[in-house]
Amino acid sequence: MTLTFKEETFRDDFTFSNSPKAIRRFPFPFHEDKYMYSVNIEPHTPGAQGSAFEFPIDIDEHYVSEMRDRALVLEADPRRCQALPHMMTAQWDTLELLMTSMAESYPEHFRLTRDGAHWHWINRPLGIEQKFTFGDVSTLPYEPMEYIARQCQGDFSIQDQRDNQLWMDAGIVTTQADWSLDFDVGMNFFEWHAPVPLAHEKGVFERALKFLLNLQCGRPVRRLNWTMTVNPRLDTSPENYHKWGIDRASVTPENVGNKVHLRVELQGLWRLPRSNAILFSIRCYLIKMSELVTVPKWRRRLPRVLRTLPDEIADYKGLTRYRATTIDWLSQYDDGAPTSLGCGPD
Amino acid sequence: MTETFLRRVRVAEIERVASRIKRFRLVDAANDRLPDFSAGSHVTVCMRSPDRLIRNPYSLMGCPSDTSSYQISVLNVDNSRGGSQFMHDQVAVGSELEISSPLNLFPPAKLGRKHILVAGGIGITPFIAMTSDLAAHGCDFELHYGVRSEEEGAYCGLLQTTYGERVKVYYQDKGEFIPLERVLGEQPLGTHMYVCGPKPMIDWALKTAKLEGWPDENLHSEQFSAPLPGKPFEVHLAKSGRTITVSGHQSILEALEQNGVDAPYLCRGGACGQCETAVSSCDGPIQHNDHYLTDAEKAGGKKIMICLSRIEGNSITIDL
Repeated sequence: MTLTFKEETFRDDFTFSNSPKAIRRFPFPFHEDKYMYSVNIEPHTPGAQGSAFEFPIDIDEHYVSEMRDRALVLEADPRRCQALPHMMTAQWDTLELLMTSMAESYPEHFRLTRDGAHWHWINRPLGIEQKFTFGDVSTLPYEPMEYIARQCQGDFSIQDQRDNQLWMDAGIVTTQADWSLDFDVGMNFFEWHAPVPLAHEKGVFERALKFLLNLQCGRPVRRLNWTMTVNPRLDTSPENYHKWGIDRASVTPENVGNKVHLRVELQGLWRLPRSNAILFSIRCYLIKMSELVTVPKWRRRLPRVLRTLPDEIADYKGLTRYRATTIDWLSQYDDGAPTSLGCGPD
Repeated sequence: MTETFLRRVRVAEIERVASRIKRFRLVDAANDRLPDFSAGSHVTVCMRSPDRLIRNPYSLMGCPSDTSSYQISVLNVDNSRGGSQFMHDQVAVGSELEISSPLNLFPPAKLGRKHILVAGGIGITPFIAMTSDLAAHGCDFELHYGVRSEEEGAYCGLLQTTYGERVKVYYQDKGEFIPLERVLGEQPLGTHMYVCGPKPMIDWALKTAKLEGWPDENLHSEQFSAPLPGKPFEVHLAKSGRTITVSGHQSILEALEQNGVDAPYLCRGGACGQCETAVSSCDGPIQHNDHYLTDAEKAGGKKIMICLSRIEGNSITIDL
């Protein structure tokens, strides 16, 4: 598949936007007119052609600009990328998984040649060519996880598995919905999920952990998560809260369409073969309200979901301040007609 | 869960490595590269015997970074339910089998300062890959390996040649036994112990470690049990309303599969927890043969691991 990459920004003048094709393939997360937490995990098997699920790792029109934004975040704050010493094997596993997937899915853009431990990687969109020895850190300009994650959309955390627990012992996180790798690194599955409201009481995390401990190689799973973001900012981190938190107070009935974004994370979970660790990929998709209302089903469904969302969840996701304004704006596009089952456009 | 995830492999080599143990080297049937695996992993091998499908878990031996082939070792068990006998008598070089993806329920603790490996008999198999992995990472380890006799012990010479002083073999027929109390008593903080072997040995090792004051988090064991035979009984499936008979030599899981019910499973050895099923009612005590449920859960009678456990009564209703 040949992609055309857009020139755009996710900060300052915020020139990000979606092409009509990108709108149609947006992974809209609501399959009905309401929302509640669930263990909504499904096999990460190939989806429809052109969809965000077509390939294991999705690369889209925002790729080049997103990678530029990641480099800026890392330059300003190197602690967004951390790996504890025992995670080196898992880092190589991650590099292998991402390189092989990108090269297989997008042969026009990425190419990987392997001759034993001698690997040759070509990334045409970013103009990178690298020969290196798999397993030898000194042959790459960065450690393996950072090297490949600087060339792949989405955040990544790597979980070591021990004592029947998962431990977030490595990661590279620059497009996050208000969580911090620097804070979470070294925590276990229950610890880093501790702030999530309502879900603990429902036993969601016990069930999810039990499931993940038995995750098998070659059989990744996925789920969608969502929140909303004011301005198309990828780096909504706690570290930079002083830069973006105030944006929530800037939403008015006049600017909802351009300012308020639905933010969806396509989360993948992959058992890594050599390390027995689990890779968690968190790919962020943004869509403006003005773009979303071009799809009739979504413009009906989203205001209904937001209206029935429990207050605790709205607070946790940081929507409280502009939820009513957004619902009011969206409601002018909801004609009250019933919506069909499933997430995609009709 | 289903057979679409099985990989066809061909037996490339068979070697008798002890009087009752054979080593099998498996290569991909289409000569593809096999998936990488981590030390401590096992695969489930599917054997199509004339009368039924047998699935047994076997630890992957060999060096995890060598994925040109997989190696497993099979002990011909006296009271075999068919699996090990099938491997010994029916499988020859060139035979094709099917295997699952590798699954690791017995990984080395990456943060361990030192590793004490305790093996009994065929329980040596996961430690072949584990010693290779620990040595490759420069980790401090000791292997204490108990065998009945020189004829019955597999890989003793190979391990001693490769790892020298770090490997100690104890021959039961010469009156030698693993001096576990002493071994465990002199280890530095942060040491992990791993034990694999017959159930009495695992129980003994874990109990000894606890008496020596070792924390639970530093103790690891792996045991794949075969389903124990018993009396036949009936299983009622609450969701589908079906009733299926479990014969005396079948597990509940095997009976369900024979009747076309797609029930969840992974290890089929009572270790992984994947086949945990809720019990609605049961007219007799449940024989919990797994290593997964807690004692309280076993006493509660509300859950059963259908790969191993059975009942002493006539019928059980489960949530499937």
